[in-house]
Amino acid sequence: MGVLALQGDFAAHAQSLQQAGAEAVEVRTRESLASVDALVMPGGESTTMLKLMSYENLWEPLQEFGASKPIFGTCAGAILLAKHVTSPSQISLALMDLDVERNAYGRQLDSHIAQVDLEGAPLEAVFIRAPIIRRVGPAGKVWATHRGDPVLVTEGKHMVATFHPELTCDPRVHAIFLRQL
Amino acid sequence: MILTESFRLKSGLAEMLKGGVIMDVTNAQEALVAEKAGATAVMALIKVPSDIRKEGGVARMSPISKIREIMATVSIPVMAKCRIGHLAEARVLEALGVDYIDESEVLTPADDENHVDKRSFRVPFVCGARNLGEALRRIGEGAAMIRTKGEAGSGNIVEAVRHMRTIQREMKQLTVLSSDELMAEAKKHQAPFELIEYVAQHGKLPVPNFSAGGIATAADAALAMMLGAEAVFVGSGIFKSSDPERFAKAVVKATTYWKDPVKVLEASEELPDGMPGLDIRQLEESQLMATRGW
Repeated sequence: MGVLALQGDFAAHAQSLQQAGAEAVEVRTRESLASVDALVMPGGESTTMLKLMSYENLWEPLQEFGASKPIFGTCAGAILLAKHVTSPSQISLALMDLDVERNAYGRQLDSHIAQVDLEGAPLEAVFIRAPIIRRVGPAGKVWATHRGDPVLVTEGKHMVATFHPELTCDPRVHAIFLRQL
Repeated sequence: MILTESFRLKSGLAEMLKGGVIMDVTNAQEALVAEKAGATAVMALIKVPSDIRKEGGVARMSPISKIREIMATVSIPVMAKCRIGHLAEARVLEALGVDYIDESEVLTPADDENHVDKRSFRVPFVCGARNLGEALRRIGEGAAMIRTKGEAGSGNIVEAVRHMRTIQREMKQLTVLSSDELMAEAKKHQAPFELIEYVAQHGKLPVPNFSAGGIATAADAALAMMLGAEAVFVGSGIFKSSDPERFAKAVVKATTYWKDPVKVLEASEELPDGMPGLDIRQLEESQLMATRGW
């Protein structure tokens, strides 16, 4: 399992993956990307990650990776995986048929922790300057919602969460991703 | 105290900023340059530290119109500085809706004994520290992020190195002590006992620890990361260099790829002339910013 470590809370993801029983490797280059079977794109600033991807020519390798291997994006990672991004609009890998609005709950003062339902059991979801998924394509499966909006979605091999499962001790979300491998 | 919901949200945003560069800006135009270069956040302040140093006088919170302009221009988090102990500036910044407040020694202190009680705010705070005791006192007051102080506006990394090394060393020392020895350590560091206990158990602060004050090249940023910083703040270094855009980009690259000397070399090759630097030993005590706050 790789964790994209350009910027953000990649260390927290690596820890969550280890708790869920996987081995985690930090990915910063094309070479390290080629050595992993699946990738987590962490929370952080999507604009910063986009810059670093262009500085390091990671854009095409990531698109090729996503065409055949699974990617799980949280928050900023979800923004990077979506087809359309608004507020403001920016480019993305477009690996999932989703429309995502950035910072859609507002600023940091609107960050919050909520209980959502995952497979019939409560799950603590940490939303930090989080995006909202405004549209899910026909092939998408919604696993959890919050205030009526989808917050955990899979489509094919890929998964996105608009919250941060890596900031809680609950390994269930990472386990769902690992199950799909 | 540490694991309250509010505190987790506050330090959660700091988690998202890890591995990145937070850049000092004084207006919307500079904020845009910072965002385009890949800054994870911008810090609004009235003047960059080297100008505060040069021009003297009282340095206060940035004009509200400037902060609003910056907030309206960039999509990344916007932080703003308030004076140490200035409860009202802090409340104003919270009401304005900034994403983080830096209760900062770079501005002229409003209270030379007390810092703001940051626990009663919904907005998160970052504070400077020179050693473990100072860091834990600030966390005790509710700071959700620590940055080592360094010496802002000096273009000289020596103080940032000293402060980061001091904190790392003091944390390591706690981890080898028995629990009987920790109260004496709390007394020595003048820090809350339960936070001393936390550091002894985990070997790290309960909040992210970033580096600031004197970073003036890509290699300086890489050095801060090598010494254990989880992200860096760059102040005067960027907008006092001869080419802020290229400089900002180089620092962003070096901060992500600090473990890879070839990448830091690439980043350094793109670098224009850095800002002029100051020898800290030749500064008068009254000119030092790091000694403000306790």
